[in-house]
Amino acid sequence: MKKLFSLLLATAMTVSLCACGAQAPAAGADASAETSEASESGEKLDIKAGFICLHDENSTYDLNFITAAKAACEKLGIEAVIKTNIPEGQECYDAACELADQGCGYIFADSFGHEDYMIEAAKEYPDIQFCHATGTKAHTENLANFHNAFASIYEGRYLSGIAAGMKLNEMIADGKITADQAKIGYVGAFTYAEVISGYTSYFLGARSVCPTATMEVTFTGSWYDETAEKEGATKLISDGCVLISQHADSMGSPTACENAGVPNSSYNGPTDGACPETYISYCKIDWTPYFIDSITKAAKGEAIPTDYIGTLETGSVVIDHFGKNVAAGTEEAVEAAKADLIAGKLHVFDTKTFTVEGAELTTYMADVDTDANYEGDHEAIKDGYFNESGDGMRSAPYFDLQIDGITLLDTAF
Amino acid sequence: MNNKAKEPLIHLTKRGTVPVRTAIMIRIIAVIIALIVCAVVTGLTTGINPIEVYSSIVSGAFGSVRKTWITLQDVSILLIISLALTIAFRMRFWNIGGEGQVLMGGLGAAACMICLGDKLPNAVVMILMLISSLVLGALWGFIPALCKAIWNTNETLSTLMMNYIATQLVLYFTILWEVPKGSGKIGIINQNSHAGWLPQLFGSKYLLPIILAIAVTAFVYVYIKYTKHGYEVRVVGESPKTSVYVGINVKKVIIRTMILSGALCGLVGLILVGGINHTLTATISDGRGFTAVLVSWMAQFNPFAMIATSFIIVFMDRGAGEIATRFDLNQSYGDILTGIILFFIIGCEFFINYEIHIRNHKNKEK
Repeated sequence: MKKLFSLLLATAMTVSLCACGAQAPAAGADASAETSEASESGEKLDIKAGFICLHDENSTYDLNFITAAKAACEKLGIEAVIKTNIPEGQECYDAACELADQGCGYIFADSFGHEDYMIEAAKEYPDIQFCHATGTKAHTENLANFHNAFASIYEGRYLSGIAAGMKLNEMIADGKITADQAKIGYVGAFTYAEVISGYTSYFLGARSVCPTATMEVTFTGSWYDETAEKEGATKLISDGCVLISQHADSMGSPTACENAGVPNSSYNGPTDGACPETYISYCKIDWTPYFIDSITKAAKGEAIPTDYIGTLETGSVVIDHFGKNVAAGTEEAVEAAKADLIAGKLHVFDTKTFTVEGAELTTYMADVDTDANYEGDHEAIKDGYFNESGDGMRSAPYFDLQIDGITLLDTAF
Repeated sequence: MNNKAKEPLIHLTKRGTVPVRTAIMIRIIAVIIALIVCAVVTGLTTGINPIEVYSSIVSGAFGSVRKTWITLQDVSILLIISLALTIAFRMRFWNIGGEGQVLMGGLGAAACMICLGDKLPNAVVMILMLISSLVLGALWGFIPALCKAIWNTNETLSTLMMNYIATQLVLYFTILWEVPKGSGKIGIINQNSHAGWLPQLFGSKYLLPIILAIAVTAFVYVYIKYTKHGYEVRVVGESPKTSVYVGINVKKVIIRTMILSGALCGLVGLILVGGINHTLTATISDGRGFTAVLVSWMAQFNPFAMIATSFIIVFMDRGAGEIATRFDLNQSYGDILTGIILFFIIGCEFFINYEIHIRNHKNKEK
């Protein structure tokens, strides 16, 4: 028996040695890739950046952050340490501290539930800059080294809505549906302001070109639940929705649409690879500009904004890829509206374009500060429009109004 | 060919009692072969030097003082759940409801922190947290035990189904207590007042679960080995009929044991919510209620062996995270390596229980 084992051992050792030997060149290539390039301005930044992601690259949401982190760090010529699959618990604090122990001067977390744990870590490491996407607390925590960031993605959704509205118009013109049947379905995650802001801006974009459009919204109670999203989309389609969009991260809803032949606007990334017939457009936040800006500031010791809002102008909000079956002239219409939004001639939440309980909105106290009372604390109506992600407020969306024309099928979450 | 009956090339015989040294040797050989297979798989599929992968697995678990503490803390959590389940397993009561019992314990602790945190003195809040965690955990063990005792229902199914009820209850309360509205997250509870946060022992965030794990290990060892209760548990597990014959109240033993098993899981819920995460989510147990079943079985229900088996699982998991970060490999890659290693560790039990005889011509000639 001993002989048998020693034989086995010897064979396996040889095989593994061969395997190691063959890999030597690959390891060398890795090392050369690590040698940093000079940054844009020619000077090399002396900082290491750490990134904490909720899932890994299999989630479209996290993939979007990972891609941007790699692009930004490559451009700046600095080292990136990316930690994936970090849950929204003490693990996030532990991961942030481990990154700090490893010498990262800049630490970023990508998920809403990471925020409290990033704050804990920020209190412990005052010399390190902590940045957090989608969070709501930086403006009330008064920590010099904790910052929130978001982007005016509602503008991207509005533009996506225009593409969807034009598709509805095409369907009406082709006689596939009547004007009254132009009902959009939307699969949301939670009845959270970010989601409400998202579907409302999308709807307003669609209605700006297709005046008879209405919308139905259903919620899944999860940011990523392929089955629930697929069921949600199927439910909306059988309820008479002729076009679907979603604020949830899986392929559930686009796949359901492709199977049923219903047009779909996607989020975070284009889905025409899997759904070529029904894909209309996508919009996403490109985090690269924010990473470059905030990492550079952290390295140089400059102040990072407490609340950063990326815009169409900074290249943070992207809508650049349309499906093969969009209505004629879609791209031109979207570009025109985009120019108007950048110029400030057009506002997504213009109070003249929507009503709440039949009346135009003249004042609204939004719940901007995060506390246990769900009460409004900031006036959000300014110069005739709802000032989403406005100066002196917070970067994460706080538009949580129920406007006329949108029906919520369920509000359990 | 001669007329002799053909002797097979390989035949197996059941071993009697195996000397401890042989058993340990077989296990060590299994781990070595597992590491070699992992090395080959790593080399062939990723092109990364396996030695580097192994060294970063080690550094993922012990690379810094903090990492070492976190590893020990995670081992402690998994160990306590495994010990809790083991008490029931000794009775051949397959409690796979650890997940739900932990969640209920966490729910009890979180409820006290949220509803009473600012209203009562901190010491009172903590005592109430302890009581409610233990009681809710015990309740989730008591219900399936009661059904088993009265109607002889299948405990594997009922404990499993109780997990889903616990998950839904936690989800319900998450939405009830969420901050901000609609976010579906409770966030850190009492982040500024620290009301209901379990104390840090000797200034360390990580020490409390470790000390509790040591205490629970000692308790469970003594309980199952040296107490009358522990003896009754074993007899009920071996043969309910014998228990009746010798005058053990089987129903009482089932219910009492599951209350203890559930309460220990509830204790883990308390540690997770009050001591570590300071929040409640439906995923706070992170599947450890199920992993603990494996840990307990691999250790053959021996509390001290369980320290080793829970360590292997946590060590590999921490290492998997590190290789995901360092080599840009997916976390699943670490899981594959863990799978290979577990396959060999569990598979080697076969060689401990059976001896292989290979036909030996030399012997025949003699």
